[in-house]
Amino acid sequence: MTMAEFFLNDLTQTVLVFLTLGGLFGLLLGYASIRFKVEGDPIVEQINALLPQTQCGQCSHPGCRPYAEAIASGEAINKCPPGGEDTIHRLADLLGMEPQPLDGEHGIEKPKTVAFIREAECIGCTKCIQACPVDAILGAAKLMHTVIAQECTGCDLCVEPCPVDCIDMIEVTTNIKTWGWEAPENDDIIATDRMSDKAA
Amino acid sequence: MNTAKHTFHGGIRPLEHKEDSNTTPIEIAPIPPMLVLPLQQHSGPTAKPCVTEGEYVYKGQMIANAADASGASIHASSSGYVVAIEARLVAHPSGMADTCIVIETDGLDAAIETSGHPNWRNLNRVELLDILHRSGIVGLGGAGFPTARKLNTDSIDTLIINGTECEPYITADDLCMRERAADIIRGCEILKYIVGANSVIVGIEDNKPEAIESMGKAMPSSPDWKLVTFPTKYPSGGEKQLIEILTGRQVPRGGLPANIGIVCQNVGTAFAVKEALEDGKPLISRITTFTGQALSRRGNLEVRLGTPVSYLLDYMGYTEQKVPRLIMGGPMMGFALPDATVPIVKTTNCILAPDTNELPLPKPAQPCIRCGFCAEACPASLLPQQLFWHSKSSNFDQLDKHALDDCIECGVCSYVCPSSIPLVQYFRASKHEMRMRRNEQQQADKARERFEARQQRLEREALEREATRAARKAAAKAKAAESSRFADEADPVQAAIERAKAKKARLMQQSQQGAQMNAESALDSLKTKLAAQQSTLQQAEADEKSEKITTALQASIRRLEQQIAESETKPPSKDVEE
Amino acid sequence: MSLMRTSSPHLSAANPVQHVMQQVLLALIPGLIALIHFFGPGVIFNLLAACGFAVLCEALVLRLRGYDLRFFLSDYSALVTGALLAVSIPPYSPWWLIFIGAFFSIVVAKHLFGGLGQNPFNPAMVGYVVLLISFPVYMTHWTAPSDLANTPGLLQSFASLWSNEYYDGTTMATPLDLMKQNEGQMLTFLYANNPQFGSYAGLGWEWVNLGFLAGGLWMLHKKLFTWHGPVGMLAALGILSALFYDDGSSASGGSPLFHWLSGATMLGAFFIITDPASGATSNLGRLLFGAMVGVLVYCIRVWGNYPDAVAFAVLLLNFCAPFIDYYTIPKPYGTEDSQS
Ligand code: SF4
Ligand code: SF4
Ligand code: SF4
Repeated sequence: MTMAEFFLNDLTQTVLVFLTLGGLFGLLLGYASIRFKVEGDPIVEQINALLPQTQCGQCSHPGCRPYAEAIASGEAINKCPPGGEDTIHRLADLLGMEPQPLDGEHGIEKPKTVAFIREAECIGCTKCIQACPVDAILGAAKLMHTVIAQECTGCDLCVEPCPVDCIDMIEVTTNIKTWGWEAPENDDIIATDRMSDKAA
Repeated sequence: MNTAKHTFHGGIRPLEHKEDSNTTPIEIAPIPPMLVLPLQQHSGPTAKPCVTEGEYVYKGQMIANAADASGASIHASSSGYVVAIEARLVAHPSGMADTCIVIETDGLDAAIETSGHPNWRNLNRVELLDILHRSGIVGLGGAGFPTARKLNTDSIDTLIINGTECEPYITADDLCMRERAADIIRGCEILKYIVGANSVIVGIEDNKPEAIESMGKAMPSSPDWKLVTFPTKYPSGGEKQLIEILTGRQVPRGGLPANIGIVCQNVGTAFAVKEALEDGKPLISRITTFTGQALSRRGNLEVRLGTPVSYLLDYMGYTEQKVPRLIMGGPMMGFALPDATVPIVKTTNCILAPDTNELPLPKPAQPCIRCGFCAEACPASLLPQQLFWHSKSSNFDQLDKHALDDCIECGVCSYVCPSSIPLVQYFRASKHEMRMRRNEQQQADKARERFEARQQRLEREALEREATRAARKAAAKAKAAESSRFADEADPVQAAIERAKAKKARLMQQSQQGAQMNAESALDSLKTKLAAQQSTLQQAEADEKSEKITTALQASIRRLEQQIAESETKPPSKDVEE
Repeated sequence: MSLMRTSSPHLSAANPVQHVMQQVLLALIPGLIALIHFFGPGVIFNLLAACGFAVLCEALVLRLRGYDLRFFLSDYSALVTGALLAVSIPPYSPWWLIFIGAFFSIVVAKHLFGGLGQNPFNPAMVGYVVLLISFPVYMTHWTAPSDLANTPGLLQSFASLWSNEYYDGTTMATPLDLMKQNEGQMLTFLYANNPQFGSYAGLGWEWVNLGFLAGGLWMLHKKLFTWHGPVGMLAALGILSALFYDDGSSASGGSPLFHWLSGATMLGAFFIITDPASGATSNLGRLLFGAMVGVLVYCIRVWGNYPDAVAFAVLLLNFCAPFIDYYTIPKPYGTEDSQS
C-alpha cells in the first residue's frame, strides 16, 4: 500500500476527518471554558447556603460551614437533622447525587424550637452565652440572662452547660399570624374516596 | 355620569343575588349582651389593651391602643364592664383563637364625651391623619388596611372612591350609598383634602341604579368630580382592576396605586371618615349584609363591632341547616367561619348563611384537562393551570416565573374550572410555603452572619489573650533577669541564712522587751485599782455606809495588796515563759 | 353548631368536564352527517366501534390504575377520542384496525403518559399515525363519494367490519392524492379530468369540511377554546397556498380554498389542534402553534410523501409545545405591555 493509497482509503479518511474535527472542537471548547468562565459561588458557599445554619454541631462538625467544607470534600450529605429530608434533597440536587435518608446517628428531624431562660432561676453564670453559636443570649456575669428569640436557631447547645437547668427548649407553634393554608389533599385519591363514600 | 371606556382582562359574571338583601332599608341592630372585640381586626401590628378586667367602659372609649402608626386602635362599641381579656375564637380562616376584650354591656349605651371637627379645613394634614388614626379607621371594603397609613402618601393626583361591590350577595355599600350619599361625599371631600388630590372619581357598577342616582345627586357639580359607571363583572371591585377600568392604567407590578398617583378608598370607609372627623365618632359600627336562604329575614344591619354572629343570626331568623356553613364576606373571596360565636369585626361586610342547594358543597376534583378557561378568566392575566401544575409539584422557581405573587386570590379560576379543582387553595398554600421558605432563608442568613461574626470575635479574642500572655511572660522574664544580677554579688544561700538568723535575734529581743513591759504595766494597774479602792473605802466610812460594804472593800484592798506584793517578788521573765 | 369549612370560592360555574366533552361530541355532528351522506353507513360503524373500543380500553386501564370507574369514565373523554379517531380512518375498516387505533390512542398515548390532561401528544392522532404507518394499504383507500359510485348498504357495511380485506369495492383516489400525483397538468385540466374534485376541493370533502367548520364555530361561540389556534392554522395554510398557487399552473400547489376544504383541514383546525392538553398554553402560544401546524400541513401536502398531513403536523408540534410555552408566558397585570 502506497502512502497515497493509505490516505485515499475511505475509512482512514473518515477517521482522520473526525479526529481532526474532534481535536479542533476540543481545543475550541477548552479555550471557551477558560475564556468565558462563569464566576459562580465556590461550591462550599453553595452548600453552606443550603444548610439550615442552626449551628448545632449534630453533624459532628463545629457549625454549618465546617460541615459544608466537609461535604465539599466528600462527606455524606445526610448528617444534618435540623435540615432534614428537605435539605438532603436540595443538597442532592446541587451535587447531582442520589438523596439518602437522614443518618439517624446524628439525630432525628424535630420541630423547630427556641430556647427560653426561666429568668427567675438564672444565676448569671454566663455559661450559656459562651455556648451559643450565634450570640443569641444577652446578659452579663451575675446578671439575669435572656434569649433573643428571633436570633435563636434552636440548636440546644445552651441547655447542657446551664448549672441550674433553667433553659427550656420551647417548640415553635403556629399562631394566627403564622398560620397558612394547606394544599388540598391529593385530589385523585380524594375524588375516588368521596365517590365510593357516596356509593356506600 | 360617564361610562368607563376600559376594562380588565378576564373576569366572570356570576349570579348576583343582590335583590335578596337590597330591598329593605338599613336597620340598626340591637345591643348584644356581650361584645367580643378582637385586638387584631386590621392588617398590621396587634393593638395593645389599655383597659383592665373589671373596668367600666363607655361607648366610644378607646380600649386598645394602636401599636404604632401602622396599626389601628379599638374602641368600645357600647357601655359596660370589661369582663375578660382573653383568647377567643375569632373570624379567621384558620379557626384559631386570638386575644379579645370582652365587654358585658349594661344596655345604657352611655357614650364618652367627644367633639367633632366640623371645621376640619382649619386643621392640617398631620392633625387630620392623627384623628383618623386615633379613631381606628381601617379600609372597610377589604383587608382592613389602616386608613391613616394608606392616606399618608404624597403626590396623589386622583382619589378613587370604590362603590363597585362586585361580589355576589353583598349589598352593604349599595345601601350605604342609597341612604347616606351626602355623608359619603363629605367623607370624600375630607379624603380629597388630606391626600391633596386634584380630582375624585367615584366608580359604581351599573347594577346599582339607585345608588348611582343618589350619589350623583349628592356630588358637587365640578369638573373635578366624576361619577363613572361600568358593566357588572367580577372582580371589578379589586383595587387594581378598578383602577384599570377607570383610568386605563395598570398599577406596576409589586407597586402601589400611589406609584401612579392614585389612592383608592371604599365608600364605607369614606362614610366612617366623615363620622370620625365631623362627629367625633370612632369606628365602632359598620353596615353588614345578612343574606342567604337559611335566614328568614335578609337585609343590611348597622351592627356594633364585636357583636357575636350567632346573636345576629338569631335576630335575622336563622334556620338550622343539615350541613351548616357560614361565610364571612362574599361567596367568591369570603371564608367559612369556624364557629357562629365569632364576633363581627371591622372588615365584615357580609354574613352569608346559605342553604345547601344555594351553595353546593365542592365537587370532587377531576384531573385538569388544560382547557385554559382559567387563564381566559384570570384578571391578573396569569396561567392558573400552569400555577396549579407547579404548585402540585412544589416547583417554586417556576411558580415565581409564572408570577404566583401577582395572584389576587379572586377565585375566578376555581369558579370556571370544569374539573372543580380548588385552584385558589393550592395557590394560597404555595404562597404560604414560599413565604415560609423566604423567612427561613432570611433567618438562616442572619444565623450564618452571626455565627461567622462570633467566630471572628472568638479568634480575635484568642489572639488578644495570646498577646497578653506573651507580654506577661516577657515581663516576668525581664524581672527575673534583673534579680539575678543582684544575686551575683554573694552566695545567695549564705545570705539567706544570715538574714534568717538576724531576723530571729531581732524577734527574741522584741519579745523579752515586751514581757517586761507587760509585767510592769500589770503592776501599775493593780496599784491604781488599790488606790481607787482605798479612796472608796474612806469615802464609805465617812458616809457611814453599812458594815457589809466596808468589809467587802477592806477584803478587796487586802487581795490587791497581796497581788502587788506577789508580782514584785516574782522575776518578770518567768511570767513571759508561762 | 359545628360548621362546615371550605376554601373560597364557594361558588362554581356549572360547565363541568363532561359538559365540555359532550359539547365537543355535539359539534362533530354536522361533519359526521356530511361524512355519512357522502361515504355511506361505514362511517357509523367506524364510530360505534371506535367509541366502544376506546371506552373499553379506558375502563381497563382505569381498573388497572385503581381508579374509580364510574367517576372517571363519566368524563366522556374516551368517547371524544374514539369519535375523533373514527372520523379520521377510512370507512369500512376492519374491526381489528379500529381496535389497534383505539388501543394506541387510549392506552399508550393517553394513560401511559398519565391520563386525562397529561398527554403530550394528541391521542387520536397517535392512534391514526400508528395505523397509517403500520397498515398503509388499509389507511389510504378511501371510499368513493356516493355521487360517483354506489355506497354499500347497512348490512354490507356491518359485514365489512368483520372482513379482513380492506374495502376496495369502490375506492378512489382522493383529491389530495390526485393533487400529489399531478404530473404537469394545469389545475383546470386536473379538475376537469377527475370528477372527485367537485367544484372546489373535492366532491363530498367540501361538505365534510364545512360541517366540521360549522361545529367548530359553534364551539368557538361556546368558548370551549379561543380563536387563536384555528385562525393561526387556517391563516398559515391560506397564505402559503396563495403564495404557491402560481395561477393554477401545472406546478401549482392548489388554491387556498382547496387546502381549506379538503382532507382533514377543518377537523384538524377545530377539533385536533384545540386539544388543550397537547397544545400550547397561552393565546400567543396557540397562535404560533396553529400557524406552525398550518405551515407543516402545507409543506407535507405539497412537497412531502403523504397526501395529507394534519396528523403528522400536529404530532410534530406537540413536541414543540413545551418549548413554545416556555417563551410565551403571558405578561401578568402590571407589566408594561399588558395594558388593555
Ligand atoms: S440560645 Fe441556646 S438554643 Fe438558641 S441558638 Fe443560642 S445556644 Fe442555641
Ligand atoms: S380551568 Fe381547570 S381544568 Fe381548565 S385548565 Fe384551568 S385548572 Fe385545568
Ligand atoms: S385566583 Fe389568582 S390565578 Fe385564579 S383567577 Fe384570580 S388572580 Fe388569577
